[in-house]
Amino acid sequence: MLSSVRSLWMVFLKMFKKRVTIKYPEEKPYLAPRWRGRIVLTRDPDNNERCVACNLCAAVCPTDCISLQATEDENGRRYPEIFRINFSRCIFCGLCEDACPTYAIQLIPDFEMSEYNRQSLVYEKEHLLIDGMGKYHGYSYYDQAGVAVGVKPKGGGENESEPVDVRTLIP
Amino acid sequence: MAKVFIDNIEYEVPNGKNMLEVALSLGLDLPYFCWHPAMHSVGACRQCAVTNYRDENDTRGRITMACMLDATDGTRISINDQKSKDFRAGNIESLMINHPHDCPVCDEGGECHLQDMTVMSGHNYRRYRFKKRTHINQDLGPFLNHEMNRCIQCYRCVRFYNDYAGGKDFGVFASAGRVYFGRSEPGTLENEFSGNLVEVCPTGVFTDKTLKKHFTRKWDLTSAPSVCHQCSVGCNILASERYGTMRRVMTRFNGDVNGYFLCDRGRFGYEYVNDEKRLTRAAQKDASSGSDPVSSVKAHIASRPKMIGIGSPRASLESNFMLKRLVGAENFYQGIPSNEADVINEVLRVLREGKVRTPSLKEMEDFDTVFVLGEDVTNTAPMMALGLRQTAKTLPKQKAYALRIQHWNDAAIREVVQDEKGPFFLATGYATKLEEVSTSVYHGDTNSLLKLSEAITNEIRSGSGDNQSGGFSHQVAQALLASEKPLIVSGTGMMSKSIVQAAANIAGALKDAGREVGIVYAVPEANSMGLAMLGAAGSLDDAISRVNNEKDLTAVVLETNLFYRTDNQTASDFLSHCHKTILIDSMENECTQEADFILPAGTFAESDGTMVNNEGRAQRYYQVFKPNNDMRSSWAWLDMMINQTEEARPYDDIIREMLEANPALEKIKTLAPAADFRIGTQKIPRQTHRFSGRTSMNAHVSVHEGKPPVDNDSPLTYTMEGYHGKPPSADIPFYWSPGWNSIQSINKYQIEVGGDLHGGNPGLRLIEPNENGITRFEVNSAGNNSGRYEVLPSWHIFGSGEMSAMSPAIEKRIPDVYIAVSDKALEKAGLQGADKISVRHQSATITLPVKVDNSLPDNVVLLPYGFKDTVGWRFPFKGELERGV
Repeated sequence: MLSSVRSLWMVFLKMFKKRVTIKYPEEKPYLAPRWRGRIVLTRDPDNNERCVACNLCAAVCPTDCISLQATEDENGRRYPEIFRINFSRCIFCGLCEDACPTYAIQLIPDFEMSEYNRQSLVYEKEHLLIDGMGKYHGYSYYDQAGVAVGVKPKGGGENESEPVDVRTLIP
Repeated sequence: MAKVFIDNIEYEVPNGKNMLEVALSLGLDLPYFCWHPAMHSVGACRQCAVTNYRDENDTRGRITMACMLDATDGTRISINDQKSKDFRAGNIESLMINHPHDCPVCDEGGECHLQDMTVMSGHNYRRYRFKKRTHINQDLGPFLNHEMNRCIQCYRCVRFYNDYAGGKDFGVFASAGRVYFGRSEPGTLENEFSGNLVEVCPTGVFTDKTLKKHFTRKWDLTSAPSVCHQCSVGCNILASERYGTMRRVMTRFNGDVNGYFLCDRGRFGYEYVNDEKRLTRAAQKDASSGSDPVSSVKAHIASRPKMIGIGSPRASLESNFMLKRLVGAENFYQGIPSNEADVINEVLRVLREGKVRTPSLKEMEDFDTVFVLGEDVTNTAPMMALGLRQTAKTLPKQKAYALRIQHWNDAAIREVVQDEKGPFFLATGYATKLEEVSTSVYHGDTNSLLKLSEAITNEIRSGSGDNQSGGFSHQVAQALLASEKPLIVSGTGMMSKSIVQAAANIAGALKDAGREVGIVYAVPEANSMGLAMLGAAGSLDDAISRVNNEKDLTAVVLETNLFYRTDNQTASDFLSHCHKTILIDSMENECTQEADFILPAGTFAESDGTMVNNEGRAQRYYQVFKPNNDMRSSWAWLDMMINQTEEARPYDDIIREMLEANPALEKIKTLAPAADFRIGTQKIPRQTHRFSGRTSMNAHVSVHEGKPPVDNDSPLTYTMEGYHGKPPSADIPFYWSPGWNSIQSINKYQIEVGGDLHGGNPGLRLIEPNENGITRFEVNSAGNNSGRYEVLPSWHIFGSGEMSAMSPAIEKRIPDVYIAVSDKALEKAGLQGADKISVRHQSATITLPVKVDNSLPDNVVLLPYGFKDTVGWRFPFKGELERGV
């Protein structure tokens, strides 16, 4: 008896508190930049695709909802030929972003992706790829890597010395 | 046995091993790079450092390399003490100083020995602040990709390529931190075993170029244990698929056959599986009946037509058997011309009735003296040539062992051996690559080779021979007699029955002289032996003449391109004379245009079956994936026709029926676990536990995930569900062990490293020598047609294989077609300076560009075997040379 009265009283007091609920969708909620929502593929500062199709995101994905196939351009630069995320399976855990060695795959603060048809939740590369760097600016994987794939000459990356001359006799 | 102590625990280990082998065999994790189970120790990389103690009172110990430490009685080491752990961590940190930040774009990533060892040694953050050294890469041809920045200077590549495989165009350049592994000039790596660098290299310097085009990580591949179909040796392979296409072929370890290696034809010759010309749907020429093609075929069979069957040496034992069952034994013909069929049948007869045993590929390396008669082994059975190169070192190595150098001490042995080669003789129709390791060679036409072998046989039997005229035969006979374990190598390469018999006679004579002799024959195709063992009413020629005489015959052509086996005219006549033709094959070819019904057969990737290799070893191969079209195993099509069913019976039913009908094959029953085999309650998965993309790879078709395909033919599943421990040796779909993601995890599947697999190596020998057998075979003299020149086939590893030649990477390595003659022969025929010449045989003529080969005897002319321009010619034949136009 006493506890019921107490509960009623506490509910009554809530009437004078500030409202938590907002008038979505007229009013948009605040989402932190680190909010884990819709997944995008980003581009590097030169506007090339960041994704190098290393398959780490697919491997780490606990629901196995990412699949991709690597291919190469004429310079040998690797990129995904197909990149598919089945968002009807995705749990937005963000492990793919953690695993990504090139900052290509990122989870962004957007959750508005509900569909009437489940098939529409299958996103292909054209739906995922955006025209910017996303949350991480300035990073270009190929400046760090040892391969020369039309981005720089051999030995032209960060922290690399000129290619060795194997024919020199100087010790 | 020796008693050793590792971290104060006592172990009993076999003698003659080093401590690294011992530790790995005991299942202990000790990192290494330069040591390789087939190439042994050089102590170059310093990664397997352990602390070695004098005795139990020694508390300080000293750091030493486990791979260079003999496992003798009382050896006492520590793997897990802080001192050696720090040393190993420091060592790998310095190895990693120049290693680029490449893993995400490196094809080795995920199956990289360097990754595994780095994790194992505990190095994770880079402390070195200075620049990384870089290298310019080379274009190494269609097979290998080169990325020298990744190199950690373990020297495994040169040790394999130059020392083990006898390569000449690869080496190590520069010094100190600049050391470079490659060719002096960029260009195609010419050795036939270059593909093994992919597996030998502990990191990503050499990677598979064919895989690079459709790259997939190891963990994403669906793999099955398979057997190479590109020659008769039957090397074990792991064939892998993703998204419905074949991705790559890797070595499947088999201690009795190929061990750790594969040839380039086997490794890169898989790509025809993905060809656009694959037959994918059942089809019929005349669709007026309105029923679907499969029903039409069945209806036609049900009408009980008079049938003949053309079997195939590239189809499995089961498929050939089911064809024989469908058409009846008296109507079943081998799909090869009579000259080839005769030679292969003779090989089988010699092995069955003869007293001499045929050794396995592994056993071949233990013989000490070799005589090769008439076979270009490097091109007909490449892995056999790799084995023979090791055999050539057997006796020279004895010298090192006499100096008490341990068997594993590779650098020291090589120091003693230098360039010395064992007694190794070749008598062939033309110069072959194995001459590099030979003591003496002889070139001659079939008749002179026969005379030579007769002289050798006589000298072995009588003990003394004609020392004057036949210097070579005397030398060979004496060397063979002086040997404890001589090996005679021959084959079907010269397409001569008498050569096969002559080789058997030399071996027989040695057997009678009490030598522990072995005889090996190379045969043309993956299942040539199996087809011969099944028995047939005749060869393709007999089938052709029957079709010419009898009308209204229905021909069931199994995996045979008639236009490859015989000349165009005969093949098209055959097809037009048949009332109906049912073609079961995997590739579109000239026959598919003419056939009334086409049933798409799976290649090795889409079918199950058993193959019998040149040694008579039956080996099971498994389907890699279920394609989503009409393709299925040929035996399944035939079973559906015989029983008029919608679905074929499971594989085990077919095997049971085959063994009932062929008691000689009975051993096959225990070849591999039956389809109902379970570990606990689980099947064996073809996919790794890390397989990715299951809920997304087919989502573009439908977001609703379908049931995965079920495999009723084997204990393997097409999914990642199942038992993830070590499967039986015949059913290993991939190698993986915790902490060992690379191919080096084979160690964990072996009883002792480099030795047999747990549960014994897969495969069973069906032919054992007859103890009371014959040692003398009557030699049928070679046919002597008119004509001054004997035309012999020359074999090419890239080009002479029917299916592998259709793979794009292999295609790039196929030489231009030619007629090879010596300068002298050209002079004799008055054809000096001709660009093209013709060979005329009876009414047929072939004109091709000239290639001068002065190793050829004056009366021998060569034509490449199995090339587009040379198919249909029956070797050997006598011909005349003319100027070509």
